[in-house]
Amino acid sequence: MTTTYVHRWKRSALWMALKALRYVLVYVLLIVLGGVILLPLLWTLSSSLKPFGAGITFPPQFIPKQLYFSNYPQVIQTIPFFTFFKNSVVVTGLAMLGEILSCSLVAYAFARLRFPGRNALFLILLGTMMIPYPVTMVPTFILFNYLKWVNTLLPLIVPPYFAPAFNTFLLRQFFLTINAELDEAAKVDGASEFRIYWQIILPLAKPALATVSIFSFMYYWNDFMGPLIYLSDNDQFTLALGINFLRSMRGGGDLAVQMAASVMFITPCVLLFFIAQRYIVRGIVTTGIKG
Amino acid sequence: MTSTPMSLGAVKMGPGRRRRLTMSQREAVVAFIFLLPWILGFLIFLAGPMIASLYFSFTQYKIIKPPVWLGFGNYVRMFEDQLFYHSLKVTVNYTLASVPLGIVAALTVAVLLNEAPWFSGLFRTIFYLPSVISGVAVAIVFAWIFNYRFGILNYFLSFAGVRGPNWLGDPHWVLRAFILMSLWGIGGNVVIFLAALQGVPQVLHEAATIDGASGWRRFWAITLPMISPAVLFVLVMGVIGTFQTFTQAYIMTGGGPANATMFYLFYLYKNAFNWFEMGYASALAWLLFLLILLLTLLLLRSSALWVYYETGVEGRGR
Repeated sequence: MTTTYVHRWKRSALWMALKALRYVLVYVLLIVLGGVILLPLLWTLSSSLKPFGAGITFPPQFIPKQLYFSNYPQVIQTIPFFTFFKNSVVVTGLAMLGEILSCSLVAYAFARLRFPGRNALFLILLGTMMIPYPVTMVPTFILFNYLKWVNTLLPLIVPPYFAPAFNTFLLRQFFLTINAELDEAAKVDGASEFRIYWQIILPLAKPALATVSIFSFMYYWNDFMGPLIYLSDNDQFTLALGINFLRSMRGGGDLAVQMAASVMFITPCVLLFFIAQRYIVRGIVTTGIKG
Repeated sequence: MTSTPMSLGAVKMGPGRRRRLTMSQREAVVAFIFLLPWILGFLIFLAGPMIASLYFSFTQYKIIKPPVWLGFGNYVRMFEDQLFYHSLKVTVNYTLASVPLGIVAALTVAVLLNEAPWFSGLFRTIFYLPSVISGVAVAIVFAWIFNYRFGILNYFLSFAGVRGPNWLGDPHWVLRAFILMSLWGIGGNVVIFLAALQGVPQVLHEAATIDGASGWRRFWAITLPMISPAVLFVLVMGVIGTFQTFTQAYIMTGGGPANATMFYLFYLYKNAFNWFEMGYASALAWLLFLLILLLTLLLLRSSALWVYYETGVEGRGR
């Protein structure tokens, strides 16, 4: 088997035909599987425009004959949508801010500073990523109950200010890739560690911060169990709780109304995803491969 | 990895101004100030609660009254608790089916994407899209899709002449419905596998082709070993994740029918927040922790047998 043999084979008609067939097969499979993935989403969108009662008609319609946009205002009338929306924005915004600030600060120390026990502490950080939230759920609830924070947004907002492990790890990995020459030079010029962190590392790490912000946004916006445990008054609900709450309301049992609420709830995440897809992909690859 | 600034201690800057700390001592002090949020968070939200929950697990604690010491009472109760066994069984069954199926599905899609020279980004976007959508919305939408009489899944099955089951109402089918639903969210793993596949050196494939290895053979002998670290990562994260299944059960079935979706975490939640059995719930939480720890360690230990680590060649960007 010489390379000339391979070259001749690669120019033959049979090889071309096989190659074409292979592409056809790949794309047919991708289109079918992609369609299966997209279908629930498209169905959600189309159902949100169906008339009242469309959920209990058979056969189901995929494209409504007439578009009923009224389901969207219906959601707003059925639940205090703007209150829930505001709560979600407050929780997500403040939690994100806390997470970015604290995680980057801690990540900077792990990536750039030398101190006794650094490797041991970093191993602990990695270990804490493995600890499931439910393990600490009960005592944390008891703690917040003692502080009289239950039924406020505080239990959802405050913990992110204490450097959650996952994003700290992610940022530390990114910081390691930043060339150390700049901050060494700044150090020689007498810049403080905080200045190096704030004025050199953070600006250089903007893509990484974008990734962390997106992950953070998606997590806090979508979080269901946290709000479920801590919030019991309707006026404190976040949207994640709110769209589930909708189902128990009068008129909220309808397919079209529920789908309209779902569309309203997922739109920020979907938009963010389309805008910032490359940061997301990079973040996943960093944790999955380098981790 | 060694990009941290090398010792500048010898340079001795600003002598005398900073009391008598040496350069490296000063750096350590600064480092611990930077680390403060994490150290505090670790103590307040992790180590503290874990120790507290260990204590509570030996007590009866209903929040309104102080805890009463029970010794191993909660753990003994667990061994007699049929629902506890049942919830564990449901969770394990779900994990055993959804994690391997999810890995095979994600790997298949990733291989297809890797073979596709055009629109690969577009397809990747489509497959990842479900992963950005919250569990709540997914659960609400799929509750309709799985609807016995009016859902689109059974409608499609009827084209094939199949009379679809009562997915969410039949204890024999409901877990399968959940497994099916979990496959919708494989996008994150597809992205991980795709990146791993793209990291497999083309040279190896070319060499094997010249040696006459078929595509299938190359996949098993080259691709799979090369991406096995990614498989391990996805496997470990998958098991940790499925052991914490909650939202679907809470929204779609409430643990039913006939407790068929009484997942471990859902049972824990009910104990803690519906029945205020904080002591028993703490015991359940500790067992969950130990189970996940044990499974993770087992998987990591087993990796020596099947995960191939290439040494030296990696290191892009570091």
